[in-house]
Amino acid sequence: MGEVKSPERTKPAAAQASTGSLYATRQKVYPKAVQGTVRKAKWLILALCLGLYYTVPLIRWDRGPEMPDQAVLVDMTHGRLFFFFIEIWPQEVYYLTGLLVLGAIGLFAATSLFGRVWCGFTCPQTVWTDLFMLVERRIQGDRNARMKLDLQPWTSEWLRKKALTHAVWLGIAAATGGAWIMYFNDALEMTPRFFTGQASLEVYFFFSLFTATTYLLAGWAREQVCTYMCPWPRFQAAMLDENSLVVTYRAWRGEPRGKAKQDGLGDCVDCRACVHVCPTGIDIRDGQQMECIGCGLCIDACDDVMGRLGRPKGLIAFETLTSLAASEAAAKPLPPGPQRLACGMQARRPQKIIRPRTLVYAGVLGLVVAIMGGAWLLRETTSLAVLRDRAPIFVKLSDGGIRNAYTLKLGDKTRGIETYSLVLDGPKGLSLIVLDAESDPAGAPVLTTRPDGITQWRALVTAPAGLRLPESVPVTFRLVDASGRTEVRTASVFLGPKP
Amino acid sequence: MPTKVEKDSITGQETTGHEWDGLKELNTPLPKWWLYVFYATILFSLVWVALYPALPFSGATGVTGWTARGALGPELEAERAAREPMLAKLREATPEQIAADPQLRAFALAGGRIAFANNCAGCHGAGGQGAPGGFPSLADDDWIFGGSFDAIQHSIRHGVRNGESEEARGIAMPRFQVDGLLTAAQVGDVAEHVLSLTGRATDQAAAGRGAPLFAEQCASCHGEKGEGNRDMGAPRLNDQVWLYGGDKASVVRSIGWSRAGVMPSWGGRLDPAVVNMLTVYVHTLGGGE
Repeated sequence: MGEVKSPERTKPAAAQASTGSLYATRQKVYPKAVQGTVRKAKWLILALCLGLYYTVPLIRWDRGPEMPDQAVLVDMTHGRLFFFFIEIWPQEVYYLTGLLVLGAIGLFAATSLFGRVWCGFTCPQTVWTDLFMLVERRIQGDRNARMKLDLQPWTSEWLRKKALTHAVWLGIAAATGGAWIMYFNDALEMTPRFFTGQASLEVYFFFSLFTATTYLLAGWAREQVCTYMCPWPRFQAAMLDENSLVVTYRAWRGEPRGKAKQDGLGDCVDCRACVHVCPTGIDIRDGQQMECIGCGLCIDACDDVMGRLGRPKGLIAFETLTSLAASEAAAKPLPPGPQRLACGMQARRPQKIIRPRTLVYAGVLGLVVAIMGGAWLLRETTSLAVLRDRAPIFVKLSDGGIRNAYTLKLGDKTRGIETYSLVLDGPKGLSLIVLDAESDPAGAPVLTTRPDGITQWRALVTAPAGLRLPESVPVTFRLVDASGRTEVRTASVFLGPKP
Repeated sequence: MPTKVEKDSITGQETTGHEWDGLKELNTPLPKWWLYVFYATILFSLVWVALYPALPFSGATGVTGWTARGALGPELEAERAAREPMLAKLREATPEQIAADPQLRAFALAGGRIAFANNCAGCHGAGGQGAPGGFPSLADDDWIFGGSFDAIQHSIRHGVRNGESEEARGIAMPRFQVDGLLTAAQVGDVAEHVLSLTGRATDQAAAGRGAPLFAEQCASCHGEKGEGNRDMGAPRLNDQVWLYGGDKASVVRSIGWSRAGVMPSWGGRLDPAVVNMLTVYVHTLGGGE
């Protein structure tokens, strides 16, 4: 079956030069199906990533009564973030920031070692686009069939295939949007309400938003997201160097390219299989390009062709630029042939894993892990916030004494009910009472916590009439547990008239 | 209108036929899509004017009859209905019972804070700190009519010297100088005696002359030692809290011309549940009694 002719994809720069316009119309990419090791790895990762994404909200985790039993949940209503045994309050969102920092540095490290593995294998854009392309291929056929279909007039077959494709795409997109909202609402409790139209407007909004973006980005925008929208390809060059693994075409072995039967040529038979399978529609033989997402499908395609021709595999491979340059230098003086191939392959260099860049990334990674771990281990579960009344700033009592009022907010992140005595440290003579609080044997007010919540108290601190104090005196509220250990201390001030 | 279409020789575009000093204006029509969107907005606005109140005349409500005020009613009704179970409990319970129940107390304090800001803060200040000129502080320990739950509730419900409620607090203080009950000199002497109650008299002789006058004229309400009388709303005179100022001039003014703070009765204006919430909230401001 002959190749269907389609306009050759031109690079935007070329289009710009010829017309003087800055705008380049998108050339639709029709990636061809491919089999091989990389493809298998990609299917595996796709299944893993999507499997996790769609099923994690269904995992249950018992947290006791009146608490959500979903293992991973961002509870917006109650302001809690649950992750298995971890529970984070809104003011502790820095743990999340820390995780994002870890993710970023991890990404930097992975990129400096293995190139664009994130882009090529795990990025949601890549994963969903891959899935959408699978659907497209199953319904409309492979590259040639799809190109033919697009050139066809609108027949009933055209309509049937296109409609079915978009229906399945929308179904996948809806599942994506549906799973997204399950991370923010109890999945089991919300699903029935969602389907009976009883869920909140936000739920339907975010469901629609993520359904629409999935459908548009994976179905229509595809490689344009990577090339034009995503900032990552633009600055990831700062993480890559000549010792990072990248998808390379071994030009020293392939060139000069030409028909297989002709003598005196390199191993590249110019079959363009690598171009046809490329999801971003580039030619890897042009060298390193920003559009290359490093998915390695061209490796599979080329290996397949080499295998059929009875030539060794690896004309396109994951390799460092250092190794490539070494092979090139060794093979250059030799004419095409088995000897050049052996010589070039021999000259390859192992990847240098330990180098300043990777050491710095590892160091920063370790540091952030240590800081996060330390912060988590030393995390305070009890907190005391002291809010001094501002109106009135102070109250003059009938006997001439001065009184300040404070609102105390006692937070407890554990499940139990704790009891603390409240002690006031400040100038001698100040007396402390807490409204509606019991007293311990020593006369200090006793404050109780609420499981996983905040209790609020009103404290009145009085300076008797004779006590002469400056306008502002620092005071400290302390929570003391039964054994006499100070659990929390919070500083505030006691204000009075100018002496 | 130009009779024939003229084209610009450089760009090949039509001109409008307008020419100024040899410069011709090119005719660049609006994009079609823009034009049609513009027509669509005009159409939309016509439909809108027909359906909704868009014209500045009373009664011009549009054919749907929709009004913002009309839409608000059901929302408020729904809000009231949602609060009703809690408000019913607050209505039936006494302030003591509310304060003792953690759930009711939390609701009452939150609602009381809002009700206080809406109704009371204008005179008594945002935190109940009071204001000079007869608006008592609610955050101190000096209660003119009592600081127990019942006393606060009664004061809120019936108000002070307002003529609205028969149970309103306080009686009128005589205008001793204006009405000729005391001479100006006697008023000064009594004022000096009042200051002596808190040890601030500067003229002991005058204070001595004022003592029998005080016993005769003032003690029946303010007490022999100026300890005050809550039933009559006669404030304590032997403490450090002065509603109308504690300097001699202010005290003279108070005796000679009288003072009479007024507060509306809120029992007829506010839901009994709101009165109860306010009672519990005010009680927490200064710790109550």
